[in-house]
Formats: sequence, structure tokens, C-alpha cells
Amino acid sequence: MTDARAPIATGLLRTMWRIRCFEERVAKLKRSMQVHGLIHLSIGGEGVAAAVCGQLRDDDVVYSGHRAHGHALAKGAACERVMAELMGRADGLCQGVGGSMHLVDAEHGFLGATGVVGGNLPLALGSALAARLRGTDAVTVSFFGDGAVQAGHFHESVNLAALWRLPVIFVCENNGLAEFTSRAEHSPVDSVSDVVAPYGFERATVDGSDALDVWEAFGAFLRLGREGRGPMLLECLTHRRRGHYEGDAQEYRDAEADAVWQRLDPLAALQQRALSEGWLDEAGAAAIESGARDEVEAAVEFARASPFPDLGLPARLVYAA
Amino acid sequence: MSKVETTFVKAVADALARAMRADERVIVLGEDVAEGGPYLATVGLSEEFGRDRVRNTPISEGAVCGVAIGAAQSGLRPVVEIMFIDFLTLALDQLVNQAAKAHFMSGGQLAVPLVLRTQGGAGQRSGAQHSQSLEAWLTHIPGLKVVMPSCAADAAGLMTAAIADPNPVVFVENKTLYFRRWLVDTEPEPVPIGRARILRAGNAITLIATSRMVGDALEAAQRLAEDGIDAEVIDPRTLVPLDIETIGESVRRTGRAVIAHEAVTAGGFGAEILAQVQEAAFDCLEAPLQRVGAPFTPVPVSPALEDAYRPGAQEIHNAARVALEWDEVVTPVPEQAR
Repeated sequence: MTDARAPIATGLLRTMWRIRCFEERVAKLKRSMQVHGLIHLSIGGEGVAAAVCGQLRDDDVVYSGHRAHGHALAKGAACERVMAELMGRADGLCQGVGGSMHLVDAEHGFLGATGVVGGNLPLALGSALAARLRGTDAVTVSFFGDGAVQAGHFHESVNLAALWRLPVIFVCENNGLAEFTSRAEHSPVDSVSDVVAPYGFERATVDGSDALDVWEAFGAFLRLGREGRGPMLLECLTHRRRGHYEGDAQEYRDAEADAVWQRLDPLAALQQRALSEGWLDEAGAAAIESGARDEVEAAVEFARASPFPDLGLPARLVYAA
Repeated sequence: MSKVETTFVKAVADALARAMRADERVIVLGEDVAEGGPYLATVGLSEEFGRDRVRNTPISEGAVCGVAIGAAQSGLRPVVEIMFIDFLTLALDQLVNQAAKAHFMSGGQLAVPLVLRTQGGAGQRSGAQHSQSLEAWLTHIPGLKVVMPSCAADAAGLMTAAIADPNPVVFVENKTLYFRRWLVDTEPEPVPIGRARILRAGNAITLIATSRMVGDALEAAQRLAEDGIDAEVIDPRTLVPLDIETIGESVRRTGRAVIAHEAVTAGGFGAEILAQVQEAAFDCLEAPLQRVGAPFTPVPVSPALEDAYRPGAQEIHNAARVALEWDEVVTPVPEQAR
């Protein structure tokens, strides 16, 4: 291990702490009904968002699913505007009409989350096609969970992406649960990367709790994508620490798996490694964490100070002018 | 302007070619489009513009619609074809949950300048899964625009306008119109989305008809003229947004109306037109508004049954007579019963 990894690890930790602090705060705000609607948290899976989005440019497009706060933040969305969106305020990323499941930050190439599982998969192909026809080296990343793999859109999309050799990187966050149901109960195929085997994808399965591993594996695919090659599929094995949504009674949980994954927390693991490798000292680590907490508290204040949207807004947003 | 004879489907193909020549962001994708498609609506395009811009797709309506949406969000102007409106069912998630709502849900950050071409209608013995008229479903979705041209000139003009529109536009053609011949301008002007056309002026009754039924309404009006009745015929051309000003003004003048489409009457778009006409012209109505549409059954194949199933000029004429003779039909309420 060389010191070249020090700035990468530090950058990853910064993003992961932002996501962790943001989502822990959102969980509290949900309990006091200050954020609205169905809230799906990615606590325990921050490493994937940070390692993937941390290597992308603003003109690289990211599509995501319903568990998308981390992806939006890692792609560059302002913490305060995401918080305001979750609180339904006028200064939210989407003026308060989108909400947690429909975050979009076009300026940073985050073209969006969707509340329909698998619904954004084909859109990523369209964005990749547009990049190809424009002659740029931009790539498109599509985040989805293992539950989306059983959706028809997934199979249609991987076939079409492979047929047209589009520069799109499918990033599956396989947390072993589709809503309340384990992978074993919804598919006979263990590994998501095996599902695309006949299509000739570049594919890999990595430990999603090791953010540096994800960084390397994704980086290799990204270099291919920049050359106009594709598609690729990166399966990241992760764990969903929280319920499917906040408030889910979680009677389906497997206590043994939870105990194992508790030890595999990607944030704790990377921080420990950074300290032991000497990439970061205790004070530096503490500063990253407290910086993230301060940013999130400021975001909450920003959101609370923002007004609710005016009642005429929905009618103005139905059609583009 | 000089005129040229063309078919409906040639007018569509020519409008697509003109748009592709004028703007390299315009692409065409769908099943068999690079081969011209079963109705020749995209014939010649792949030869002129190449297979990067005219893309054959697998039979994956959902993904193909989604690709078009994603491409539109990233700056292209896709025209996607769903070969039969019956198969739009497979793409409805993409159209309804993604395309229609992206501009709204993003707080105005995203636009989806997409045209979805499809065709419906019975009359070719194609059976219950290749003959439906499902446009009313789409009119219920805020964020979509829905157009239904009834002639070659409107097909050309509305296609040009639809491609230029920054919103998802569903362009519903009718298969039985494809090879009819019309005279059109050699350089057709765009037809603004949301503007109805009065095809025949009259003061006794208003016949409002869409798509294939516009021709039937004109035929019914001709028969009424032979009876000495002066019918006005209006084609809304665009269902969403609906030009209720033009339609309402006409019915306020005539006091009677028939609303005709080929779709099943129950839950059809005629019900919406009827409700809006009632709101716009209630104090001027001389008779209940009449609806003409298909019966509440799937489309049968047998020629005897399909011909009976399809509403046409006769049904419009009959409905007009009911509206026109309403005062004679209604039995006056006896004085002592009031």
C-alpha cells in the first residue's frame, strides 16, 4: 500500500461521514415528523456511493433508485438543499415537490432517483446513447438494488445495453433484501453479476463494505467507459442496517447477519485502516466527522428557515415551457 | 403554396425526415423502424440518416421507451415508435411514472422532449389485441400531451410541433387512415398543439369527432345537409391540451352536439369533452349532449362482428337526429303534475 491512497481514503471518509451524519439526522427528523414520506436510508452502504460518485465528473450522469440520498450527496448535491427537499421546502433541490425518492440535481449530473424499483434502468441507457451520439467520453452510472434485478426493465435494459455496447456502468448494491424478502426467496441466482454473464458484460463482484476495493474496481470500469466501451456491471455486496423504510418493523431481520455486518461497517473499517496506515491521524479523523456533523446541522437550520412552496407551484410545473 | 398528393403515412415519414434534416438531435427508435416498419411510417429514414439515428430495437417496449426518455433528458429529441397502441401497456410505467413526471418531480430541472408515435383503431380484422383505441388513459396523466391527427396535413403539422415541444407528446395515429390520399402543402406549416379545427361551419348542431371518426362526421354532416340541417364539424386534433374555447363557442351557438370517437364509449375521452362542453355551454343547450363510440366489448375479428362494432357515419347521424328531435321526443309534463 502506497501513500497514493491517503488522499483517496480521506476523500472517501469525508463523503461517507457526510452521508452517515445526514442520514442519522434524517432518521431522527423522521421520528419527529419533520421530514416527509417514505424515507429509505443507506446507513452501512455509504462506501459504494462515495467510491463510485467520487470518481465521476459533473457531465457523467447518475441515475438511482429509491435509496438515493447518498448517491445524490456523493455526486455533489448540496446537503442543505437535499435536507430542504426532504422537509418539503421551497429551497429544496426540487422545490419541495420531489421528495426523498425523486431527488434530481441536474447541475451535478444526478438525473435522478425514482420510486419505481428498476424504473430508471433504461433511462441510463438513453443518457449513454446521447453521450455516444454527441461524441463525448462521459459515462452513465445506474445504481439499483438486488430487488430490481427481477424486474422486467432490468432484463430488457441489460440486453439493449449489451446489444448497443453503451458506455453505461450498472452498479448493483446487493444488500440481500428486496424490501422485506431475502434474495433466496426472490431469485434462484445467487450472484447478480452472473445474471448478465451471457451478454458479455465486463463484470465483477466486490465487498461493498471495503470502499477502497469498490474504488479500484469501479475505477477500472470507468477507464473502459471513458474509452467508449461498455456496458459493465459492478455488484457490491452490502448490508442494509435500517429497515426497508424508516418505521419498518423489521421482523424479517437475521440477527446473525446483522452481527457480522456490524463489524463490517464500511465507515469504521476505512477510518480504522486510515489511522493504522498513517494516512490520517486521530485529530484529522475527528475533524472530518465534526465537519460533517456541522454541515448537516447547518443544513437542518437552512431547511427550517426555508418557506413551504407556494400553492401555485404544482400547476406551474406540469409542463415545460 | 403549391400542393402535392400524399398519404397520411407518407406525410408522417416526410415530417420525420424534415425534422431530422433540420436538427441532428432528432433520432428515431423502435421495432423495425430502420426497415420502414409494417406501415412504412419510417421508410427511407435509415438510408438517409444512418442506423445511429434510426435505431431498430428489440421487442422491449418498456426499455425502449425508457431509453428515449433518458436520451431526451440528456439533450436529444427522440421519436420513439410503439408499433400498436395495444403494446403501449408494456411501456406505461416509463411513460406515466417517468416521462410524464420528470419535469414536475425535478422541480423544473429536467425536460423530456419526447414524441411517442403509435397507432390504434379497428377495421383490419386484427383482433382484440391489435385494434384498440386507448388514448383516454393517456389524457388522465398530467404531464403528457396527446394529439390525434385525422388527415395528412395535420399529421405533418402536428408531428413538426410535437418534435419541437419540450414535453412528452403521445402521437396517436389510426391505421385505417394510413393509405388514404390527401392534398397537402409541399412545405407544411406546424400545427399548434392545443388548437381545434373547424372543418365545416354550421349552426344547427356541432359534431365533435376525433381521428378516423372525423371523416365519418363529415359524411354524417353531408347527410344532414341533404335533410336541410346545417351541422358544424370540429376536430379537436389535440386531446391534451383540449381547445375547449373553440368547441364551447360552437356549442353555445348551435345548442346541440354529438361527440364521436372510435374508442369504447364508457370512460372514453368523449366523456371528458362532454363534461367540459356542459360546463362551457349549459345555459345554451337545447338537448342532452350525445356520445358515439364503440360498445363495451373487446374488438372482435369476424368481419360481420367487427363491422358492427365500429361506430361510423350512421351512428353519428342517428345521434344527431336524437339531439335535433329532442323537443319532439320528450313528452310534455302534464300541468297538474308540476
